[in-house]
Amino acid sequence: MSLQSSLANPATELRAYGPTADLTVSPLSSRRERARPETGTAPDNPRTEPGPVRFIIIALAITFLSVFVVLPLVVVFASAFSKGIGAYLAALAEPEALAAIRLTLLVAAISVTLNLVFGVVAAWAITKFDFSGKTFLITLIDLPFSVSPVISGLVFVLLFGAQGFFGTWLQAHDIHILFAVPGIALATIFVTFPFVARALIPLMQEQGTQEEEAATSLGASGLQTFFRVTLPNIKWGLLYGVLLCNARAMGEFGAVSVVSGHIRGETNTMPLLVEILYNEYQFVASFAIASLLAMLALITLVVKSVLERRLDEGQEPRDH
Amino acid sequence: MTIEVKNIVKKFGAFAALDHVDLKVDQGELLALLGPSGSGKTTLLRIIAGLDWPDAGEVTIDGENALARGASERHVGFVFQHYALFRHMTVFENVAFGLRVQPRAIRKDEATIRARVKELLDLVQLGWLSSRYPSQLSGGQRQRIALARALAIEPRILLLDEPFGALDAKVRKELRQWLRSLHSEIHVTSIFVTHDQEEALEVANRVVVMDKGRIEQIGTPGEVYDQPATAFVHGFIGESIVLPVDVSGGSVRLGGRPLNIAANGAASGASKLFVRRHDMQIGPAGSGSLQGAVRHVRSFGPIQRAEVALSGGEGKTIIEIDAPRDRELQAGEIVGLEPRRYRIFAAHD
Repeated sequence: MSLQSSLANPATELRAYGPTADLTVSPLSSRRERARPETGTAPDNPRTEPGPVRFIIIALAITFLSVFVVLPLVVVFASAFSKGIGAYLAALAEPEALAAIRLTLLVAAISVTLNLVFGVVAAWAITKFDFSGKTFLITLIDLPFSVSPVISGLVFVLLFGAQGFFGTWLQAHDIHILFAVPGIALATIFVTFPFVARALIPLMQEQGTQEEEAATSLGASGLQTFFRVTLPNIKWGLLYGVLLCNARAMGEFGAVSVVSGHIRGETNTMPLLVEILYNEYQFVASFAIASLLAMLALITLVVKSVLERRLDEGQEPRDH
Repeated sequence: MTIEVKNIVKKFGAFAALDHVDLKVDQGELLALLGPSGSGKTTLLRIIAGLDWPDAGEVTIDGENALARGASERHVGFVFQHYALFRHMTVFENVAFGLRVQPRAIRKDEATIRARVKELLDLVQLGWLSSRYPSQLSGGQRQRIALARALAIEPRILLLDEPFGALDAKVRKELRQWLRSLHSEIHVTSIFVTHDQEEALEVANRVVVMDKGRIEQIGTPGEVYDQPATAFVHGFIGESIVLPVDVSGGSVRLGGRPLNIAANGAASGASKLFVRRHDMQIGPAGSGSLQGAVRHVRSFGPIQRAEVALSGGEGKTIIEIDAPRDRELQAGEIVGLEPRRYRIFAAHD
């Protein structure tokens, strides 16, 4: 993939959002990606820098990667297994750990599903129809990216907390949102709101509306057009958005921390539990949970690069 | 199937894409909507297809109000300039699409669909490509597949939006002839949009010339070429020499000097004299209404094109004339010119 083609590729536009997502999940992905062109293409390019310069650049990149990416990752796994595999498994089998894993999976499932539906609907509306207020909607979708996650969490405290906007009403009806699963899910949904829509909008904009118009003129209903024409055309972009959305949903710390209340075995997600255990000097348990999140990051990374390749291939025929 | 468009108005913001347009298309016609870009021809086509909606006016297909139905219910075949083939489907599935999305009650069984698609692919002579994907086809092949796909639903009318606009000149020429022979074979009422006058004159039975959201003239290719109704049509179709003249009381003056031609009933006032390049007769110096000096001669094919600077009048007027090859012209030669056939229109714009 040349630099030019990567610039023209909608997948690259997504990468602009990558660091926010990746840093929470893993500091690995964004940095490794930036380093790839230097280590990968330099040796077989005849018009490249002189040997020593090349060596220094490569050495710098490798050192940087080792210190900031590989080393922390090794430390996570080394600490997790420092007392043997038995202690590692025992730490994961703790009821508190299991509860945290369950909660994280539940919240991710809820928020990814809702944001999948929302993202597709929003991207569909924005790219296939003209209406007033479109620019405003696009700006709104981007909002969660530009707001600190802590503020995002705080918004929900202000809305649903005891002194909050809906606080009295909620108390009167005995509905628990804050310091319970709904609050955590809401905060996660808010933070992961833009991923799917952002993955789809540039892709669908580039594809235009002609195929949909063709389908309609051939007698297809709205739903038939969506499922037979639109969805197959965006499936890789959609998976890409879902993947990033999921990674962020599972790794989110700031917003969730504000609304969770840190009730043991109930409202602690995996990232929250990592911090709590670490503060209590339970290093093996802490790093064991952290190793699960790190593995999620590694898997995300692999799947992401596969999807990016699919997206690139999907674009290629249009260039001929 | 007949199509009737009455008093259609369509505005995009303050811009009137269609300004009170009336049009009647007869059964089995092959009609061309011809005009420069921005003349509203594509908008008109999309309104007939149901892909756009007019702000006012009526569209009836076979006497039935088409505006009461959406595009998917109008049974109209539409061919797009950029093909709009479904990129994730094979050629076969593209053509089969319209048959597969039919309501279950009237949907054909798989064997019938396969037979029909094969028949259509044979009609467009591309049966051997049926398992390819659109990205593996050339532009001309894609457009023929798009046409087969539109024909699969047995449309009542066929609409083509600049069907050859994205193709190179040679393929375009071939497809033109092919479209005409296909039309005489299947005889479905068809409208195609083009900005290419040659294409419109060569393919269509009737040509509708549009400009700025209005219809300027409707007629056979011969009529719009030989008897242009307006100055715009004369200027847009075929190459013309345009001279600013004054008409007063039946006499025509160019730069104050009377010309030896009749006003043909043109109203008095500032006017424009339109003459086809090949309708300007070249004679010896002193003959004819106009005098000029040949500046430059280029010969190609059966004609020679002469650049002539007209003498007299204010400033220097240079015109291009097509003359037959049998009269040898020299640069610097003084010639007399006489319009054989001409038209005079008021110079209101």
